[in-house]
Amino acid sequence: MRIQCPFCGERDSSEFTYLGDATVRRPDPSAPEQYFEAVYLRDNPAGRHEELWYHGFGCRSWLRVTRDTRTHEIFTVEMYNDATTETNQEAARA
Amino acid sequence: MSGHRLGKGGLIDRQRALTFQFDGRRFTGHAGDTVASALLANGVQLVGRSFKYHRPRGILTAGSEEPNALVELRTGARREPNTRATVAELFDGLEATSQNRWPSLGFDVGAINSLLSPIFVAGFYYKTFMWPAAFWEKVYEPLIRKAAGLGRASEQSDPDIYEKAHAFCDVLVIGGGAAGLAAALSAARAGARVILCDEDFVLGGRLNGDRREIGGCSGVEWTQRAAAELESLPDVRVMRRTTVFGAYDGNTFGAVERVSDHLPTPSPHQPRQRLWKIVARRIVLATGAIERPLVFGDNDRPGVMMSSAARTYLHRFGVAVGHSPVVFTSTDDGWVTAFDLARAGIAVRAVIDTRTKISASLLSGAKQTGIYTLLGAQVVATQGSHGLTRVTVRKHDGGMENLKADALCMSGGWNPNIALSTHLGGRPRWSDELSVFLPSELRGTIVAGAARGSFTLAAALREGAAAGAEAAQSTGHDAPAWSAPTVDDELSGVTPCWRIADSRGKAFVDFQNDVTADDVTLAAREGFTSVEHLKRYTTLGMGTDQGRTSNVNGLALLAAATGRTIPEVGTTVFRPPYTPVSFGAFVGHHRGKDFRPTRLTASHRWAAERGATFVEAAQWLRAQWFAEPGETDWLQTVNREVKSVRSSVGVCDVSTLGKIDIQGKDAATFLDRVYINMISTLPVGKTRYGIMLREDGFVMDDGTTAHIAPGHYVMSTTTVNAGKVMQHLEHARQVTWPELDVQIVSITEQWAQYSIAGPNSRRLLERLLGGAIDVSNEAFPYLACAEFQWQSMRARLFRVSFSGELAFELAVPARYGDATIRALMTAGQEWGVVPYGLEALGVMRIEKGHVAGNELNGMTTAADLGLGRMMSTKKDFIGRVLAGRPGLVDANRPALVGLKPVDRSKRLFAGAHFLSSGATVALNNDQGYLTSVAFSPMLDHWIGLGLLARGQARVGERLRAYDPLRSGEIEVEVVSPVFFDPEGARLKG
Repeated sequence: MRIQCPFCGERDSSEFTYLGDATVRRPDPSAPEQYFEAVYLRDNPAGRHEELWYHGFGCRSWLRVTRDTRTHEIFTVEMYNDATTETNQEAARA
Repeated sequence: MSGHRLGKGGLIDRQRALTFQFDGRRFTGHAGDTVASALLANGVQLVGRSFKYHRPRGILTAGSEEPNALVELRTGARREPNTRATVAELFDGLEATSQNRWPSLGFDVGAINSLLSPIFVAGFYYKTFMWPAAFWEKVYEPLIRKAAGLGRASEQSDPDIYEKAHAFCDVLVIGGGAAGLAAALSAARAGARVILCDEDFVLGGRLNGDRREIGGCSGVEWTQRAAAELESLPDVRVMRRTTVFGAYDGNTFGAVERVSDHLPTPSPHQPRQRLWKIVARRIVLATGAIERPLVFGDNDRPGVMMSSAARTYLHRFGVAVGHSPVVFTSTDDGWVTAFDLARAGIAVRAVIDTRTKISASLLSGAKQTGIYTLLGAQVVATQGSHGLTRVTVRKHDGGMENLKADALCMSGGWNPNIALSTHLGGRPRWSDELSVFLPSELRGTIVAGAARGSFTLAAALREGAAAGAEAAQSTGHDAPAWSAPTVDDELSGVTPCWRIADSRGKAFVDFQNDVTADDVTLAAREGFTSVEHLKRYTTLGMGTDQGRTSNVNGLALLAAATGRTIPEVGTTVFRPPYTPVSFGAFVGHHRGKDFRPTRLTASHRWAAERGATFVEAAQWLRAQWFAEPGETDWLQTVNREVKSVRSSVGVCDVSTLGKIDIQGKDAATFLDRVYINMISTLPVGKTRYGIMLREDGFVMDDGTTAHIAPGHYVMSTTTVNAGKVMQHLEHARQVTWPELDVQIVSITEQWAQYSIAGPNSRRLLERLLGGAIDVSNEAFPYLACAEFQWQSMRARLFRVSFSGELAFELAVPARYGDATIRALMTAGQEWGVVPYGLEALGVMRIEKGHVAGNELNGMTTAADLGLGRMMSTKKDFIGRVLAGRPGLVDANRPALVGLKPVDRSKRLFAGAHFLSSGATVALNNDQGYLTSVAFSPMLDHWIGLGLLARGQARVGERLRAYDPLRSGEIEVEVVSPVFFDPEGARLKG
């Protein structure tokens, strides 16, 4: 698999580490009951999945990768903390 | 003698004779031969025994799809089993041995299986080895393992080297036949970066095995011109002897280049094979087609061969497969073989065509050549003990006729070679018109020629050129128009004939796994009607050839047996590798010590000069101890090192510990959130020990953080977790709190760091550093840190201690590491400074009750380690919430304690489990275990750290440390984990 790192360009997937669902947010510490779900419970979708990849053998960026889990087709790759991305602008508005 | 070399023809070098051995007999071949062609040229028909029935087998094909002619190649450490004789290139002195026979190929005891064949039917293993259950492990499995498998591995270390390489291109063309060459030419002429891979050692594919004409010259000439043109272009890489064995995500392909397989031994500094990872923007799949055998009685007799293979041996190798061959066909292509053989002067005994009507041109051709022709007829049986002597034909009118023959060329039509198209989950689709499975649409890939069912040469060239142009265009290159060369005419009619009804003897579908037509029908009768079940029950298509010649016939038989159509039955798909790939190629240079990189510290050479014994710590090599002359036992050495440190001074390389530089306006806030304790209160010039949790509440790592300048911190991690902590911090910084202004970078390799420990450590540093920094207790108290100018460099000093002694850590840029440690040793001569290793470091940390990797095992909480009070209640931090879970604050959890043997002369062993006295040895009585042990030279007996249920409340209690594998059982006493200097007085002096 190849991942188009926004910083380094297209690289082999062996340079990256997979973490999982990129939509999980660390819950507010005042809501401890949400922690169990946030830490342990994950969906296992067949199809489009927004996920976190870490470019450990490159620029060390955490990336938000949208990938089809059935075909490994990658639709988008963006820096997780890039404020200019649509996802982050939406989050900022919300 | 049946096969023989013709007086002329072929792409072999008749001037270069090569001698080789098969089963100890010497033969001669020529450069350009394969083992198979050379054996056929010498009249050898019998080359192996079949897997299950040990039936005599010959050469079926002339390519990598070969199921029968598997031999052991070479001898000694280079012996390689299951090598396909049909692709193994001949070299002088080659030694090949037949497989799966005993005592000899001609007389094989195992052939008795053939007489017992009624019990060796489909599902034989499942039916036979069921009862009694206890027999499985002791009797059946060893028996099956002994009988199973074909060749023998060498069981010696491979003397050759293998390497890996990467390549990138615009257009990857897989297959160097007519379609592939046309594709490569049109893409290359457009200026695209092209890689052309072919598994063969000559390009051309079927063009070498046929007598064809392209644009007025022979197919072979055209191939040579195309190859020459491609090789003259700078952006084209032509890779012969290179099998693309797998398709992977992101247009990545695995390929193995057989660099030296055609040589007796690799040339100096050359690998045996090279594994390629090829990343292509577009792919042209031009993998051709594979001819289907016909399924009739005793169709596996040596001498029965694919019709196209006979033609390849004739045209490419100048070898006639027999003196009086018979052609058995259901296709027009079979007739080409008959005509070509006849033209070469071979007396074709007959053509038996299953069809009742054939084209007029074939009939007139038959008339001209005078070949005896039987239409609407079938071969129903063959005779001959170790090779074909006679075939029995049922004629159209039902009458039988025996024909003398020493070779039978069968032609059942062509199956597109679609294996690579299915590796990523592509499902083949059935074509009613062609009666074949075609590859499905693939992203980024264009299929051309016979691989997509276009079986004529004209179509292969046309489609190949179009595919190459399209691939070039879609990668931004303007492709000039391609004027397809004219080719001679051909007929390509096929009437599929899946099984010859009522034939005698075993009719093989899968030659390699000995699966017969009857096995397929039996499996269907027993309910294995799904194609996947059929495959596993009968083992159809599960050999090393992946059923290249057998799958479609098997599916057709299953369809007939279950009254369905072939598309209703469906098909299994292929997995990488396309053909077997040696482990060596996948391993490459990653063997032995080179399995992973070795990291050496700046003082490594110095340590080696001092006679250090090294040990692996993550990827690093660290000095374990420094034996002095006369010391005979590692414990003696370690005891001396510990005593020297505690009585005077010692130096230890601690450069391998992870070092992370943290800067930014919000660095303190950030550190507060990743550590359980408060860092934001740490003043500049001070260091603090910290514990880091995972979000699930368990301890992840520990280390110190030094505040060396406003907003500038240096964190240390354990050696093993350095990378993991870095990733964790990056996650916290980028994902969890992107709003924080903080930057981090690993500086582990940039700084060499040395611990100077012991009562004389300050004196040593004063001498070494002179006036560069004041290290008095007043100016530089416990946990102080500073960056300072020392000679030409910026150095850092930390007053931290893992040993419990007065200690410092001096950090210098890594390039000064070697000089610094030598200077430290010189400066400490007056006090008898010793270098100490990881083992002494471990002894001293156990004496002080400091936790390390054995305790930071991912299953312990801060409280378990006696560090619960460090958890700040004034702030949020990673892991805080879940660390408060009932299970993690349970008072019964195992917690850190010290242990001493009650009999002080006894040795402790890590891993021993605690049992209360009187408790039976049972898992539910388990109270915890010893995590770390050491011989304490200060206390003069063994000591240990352990995790014991309710541990801290049990000091004074006696327990049994149960270790059935080594020491048996030792009585231990629970004590405080701090064995030495519990007040910490030495630390602060």
